[in-house]
Parts: sequence; C-alpha cells; structure tokens
Amino acid sequence: MIEVKNLKKKFGELCVLNGITETITKGERIAIIGPSGSGKSTFLRCLNMLETPTSGQILFEGIDITDSNCDLNKIRQKMGMVFQHFNLFPHLSIIENIMLAPVNLKLKTKQQAREDAAKLLKRIGLYDKADTYPAMLSGGQKQRIAIIRALAMNPDVMLFDEPTSALDPEMVGEVLDVIKEVALEGMTTVIVTHEMGFAREIATKVMFMDEGIIKEQAPPDELFENPKDERLKFFLSKVL
Amino acid sequence: MEQWWDSFVLWFERFIQRCYSALIDNDRWILYLNGLKTTLMIAAVACIFGIIIGLLVAICKTSAETKKSPVLKFLAKICDLYTTVIRGTPVIVQLLILYNITAWTEGYYACMIGFSINSGAYVSEIFRSGIRSIDIGQSEAGRSLGLNETQTMRLIVLPQAIKNILPALFNEFIALLKETSVAGYIAVSDITKVAYSIQGTTFNSIPLYICALVYLLLVVVMTKLQKKLERRLARSDRS
Ligand SMILES: Nc1ncnc2c1ncn2[C@@H]1O[C@H](COP(=O)(O)OP(=O)(O)OP(=O)(O)O)[C@@H](O)[C@H]1O
Ligand SMILES: [Mg+2]
Repeated sequence: MIEVKNLKKKFGELCVLNGITETITKGERIAIIGPSGSGKSTFLRCLNMLETPTSGQILFEGIDITDSNCDLNKIRQKMGMVFQHFNLFPHLSIIENIMLAPVNLKLKTKQQAREDAAKLLKRIGLYDKADTYPAMLSGGQKQRIAIIRALAMNPDVMLFDEPTSALDPEMVGEVLDVIKEVALEGMTTVIVTHEMGFAREIATKVMFMDEGIIKEQAPPDELFENPKDERLKFFLSKVL
Repeated sequence: MEQWWDSFVLWFERFIQRCYSALIDNDRWILYLNGLKTTLMIAAVACIFGIIIGLLVAICKTSAETKKSPVLKFLAKICDLYTTVIRGTPVIVQLLILYNITAWTEGYYACMIGFSINSGAYVSEIFRSGIRSIDIGQSEAGRSLGLNETQTMRLIVLPQAIKNILPALFNEFIALLKETSVAGYIAVSDITKVAYSIQGTTFNSIPLYICALVYLLLVVVMTKLQKKLERRLARSDRS
C-alpha cells in the first residue's frame, strides 16, 4: 500500500532521514519507536507529504506521491492524520469540525456528512458534545474527536504522531482505546508512540528508528524480547 | 446673581441664533447631509477595496514565504514596494499626486481610489499579522484532510485570523473615516470641507462643532458595531 524508497530528508545541513526503504502492506499496524529527535515525526509527515522529501520516492497505492504532477490533495483524502496537539479547528463546533472536509470536498452532502458524523460521535460516546466548541473539551476528548474527524474521510490508512503525548495520564487510556478499536477493525495504521505497552499490544510490526534510519524491525514480541541492535537494547532499557 | 442670569440668557440667544444660521438658514443642513454622504461614500468604498487589496497582498506575501515559485516571489516584491511606499508617504501627498494623474475624473473618484490604495496597504499588514498568529498546525490539519491551499485559507485560517485582528481592523477603519477629512484638498465637498466653507459665510465656529459631532457619532456607531461583532465571534471561546 505504501512503498518508501530510499527516503532522505534534510533540514538545511541537518540530515534527519538518511535513506529509508520500507513497504507497508494493507492491514498492517506499524508502531514506530525511537529516541527523541531520531526523525520519527519527520518520517510520518513525509508519508503524506506534509514534509517534502529531499530525495527518494514514496508510492501510495501505486502512485508516486513525490512526483510534482501528483494530485496531493486527492491522495491526502485517503490518508488520515492525527497530531500530537489535536489541531481541532477552534472556530467550528465539534460536528462542524468533522463535517468540514467531507462537505467542502464534495464527498458527501451536508445531510450525509451530518449523519456520518453523528454515528462516529455516538461510537466514541461524545454525541452530546456535537454542538459545543473544542475549547470546552478535555484533551482526551479533543484527541478522540480528531481521530474521528480523520475517519470521517474514510481513509485507507491512518497516521498517528504521538497521539497521547500531550495528554494528562488519566486521559491516555480513552484515546488508546479508540485507536485500538480502529486499528483492530483492519485499518492500516502507522503510529509513532512512546507507549511501549500499547505498541506491543496492537502492532503487527514495530520499527525502531535512530539517527534517521530504521535500525531494527520485527513483530513486537520478538523486538521487545530479543532486541539485537545495541542502541535498541539501550533504548529499551531506558523506557521499559 | 441677576446679572449672571441676564448675561447667560443673552449668550444663549446668540448661540441659538448662530446655530440657526449655521444649520437652518438657506437650508444649510442639506449641505451638511450632502457632505456627509460624500464622506461616507469615500470611506465605505475605501474600506471595501482596502479589505480586498489588503487580503490579496497579505496572502501573496505569506504564501511567498513558504513557496519557491519565482512568479510569487516577484509579486511579493511588488507588494512589498507597495506597502513601503504607501506607508512611507502622507496620504494627502498621495491624493494630490493621484489627483494630477487622474485629471480625467473628479476629485471624488480620485479620493475613492486614493483612500482604497492607502488603506489596502495598512490592512494588508493587519491581515498578515493575523494570518501569522494562527498556529501552523491548523493549516497542516486542513491539508492533511485533503483540503487545498485556498480552501484551508478560506475555511480554517482566515476565520480565526479575522477574529484576532478585528480590533486592529476597526481601528484602521475609524482612522480611515477621519482621514477622509483631507478630501477638501482636492476639491471634494466632504463634510469637513462643507463645514469649513459654511463657517466662512456665517463667521462663527458652530459649523465646525457640528462637523466634529458628526464624526464622533459615526465613530461611536462603528465602535458599537465592533463590540457586537466581537461578541458574535467569541461564541466559540467558552460557554
Ligand atoms: N521544520 C524543521 N526545521 C528544522 N529542523 C527540524 C524541523 N523539523 C524537525 N527538525 C529537526 O529534525 C530532527 C528530527 O525531528 P523529528 O521531529 O522527526 O524527531 P522525532 O523522532 O519525532 O522526535 P520526538 O520524539 O521528540 O517527537 C530534530 O533534530 C529536529 O530538531
Ligand atoms: Mg515527533
């Protein structure tokens, strides 16, 4: 579904991604772990071209999205993204947040979008908040809304960038539960996370990033039980 | 006490007489109304085109900051020149120059064009700071949902930016309204010019007080409107 070929990204002189080649197939659940500054966010943001790669190719469903002729807006409709800081639109009510993109991109009628949004809101138990504004929600609630806002586009893949890092500890669980539900329903998922337990629980594959490359990858049990890379061993000894 | 009262009555009679000659004699109030109409037309046109020009310039400049397109960079340079020149010279000088250039038309239209160009420069800076004040995460969220740049700007960034800059915008338009009082320099009979020439025939300053009062009332109305708009936009802040 996503093929990354020798992806490199530099910010000025700073090499953040040093040639990543990976394939993510449909239905996979990838957890990306690694120390701070290793390029995890940058990698994820390259996947939907929020960050323009310096070199390399990214194919999404067979289309080269690094090609300047590619209609990125169409591609991004199929790639949901959830940010660390939620990025809900504060000037719109909750239901308007969810309806905004589907309606303005003419994917759904207003009526249809409203019904779908209501269904999604009911699913996460926040239907009663439909007409309130983001400023009135807790962090956990905001992030759950951000997730269903992305889901309302019916994406083929969901990208999460540390979705629980900005939350108070007591709210982490409710957000992880929603992500888990979405992932286990078969959504192709890429999640950057510091929640090792969660990565282990839901991921089909864990990737360890360090210094701009993927140093090691394996199914979670293997990677956590039998780490081979020295840096990974060190990293795990710190976080586990 | 008696004496004091008498002189007050005398003064008051003279005052009424002056007001009468300043306002009612020879149907002068019609002159004020026409002047007011001219002032309002110039200010309204300049306000609308100021917003349009300001918005375009601001968007051009902000998108040139992140894009590599040479055309855009060139346009942004022109916009820079525009704001620098307009903000660096007195509006009255701009009007006089424009009046010479636009000899084919009346000062009235020259004023509309001149004040539009002038306020566009100031409004563009206001819009620019407004757009900059919005967290980059907002437009990233918009783009990640598949909205294009224009949609993201229109649906997500601008509504929030406008809310932030509303006080600055109203300040600008209040200043603009008062600045139109220099229109008389290019033979436009705005309210100030009208009051000034009536004063020349009545030989008292009542017309100028009337003129001041009119501006004051207009500004008060605009301030009311601003408060009302601010309250409407604050809806999303908290319940
Ligand atoms: N827009 C940018 N301009 C310049 N440097 C950047 C930019 N974005 C990221 N970097 C740098 O790139 C490096 C990798 O950043 P990235 O955000 O990808 O790390 P990360 O693995 O997500 O870290 P964290 O766990 O802290 O989120 C960092 O050194 C960061 O300072
Ligand atoms: Mg990060």
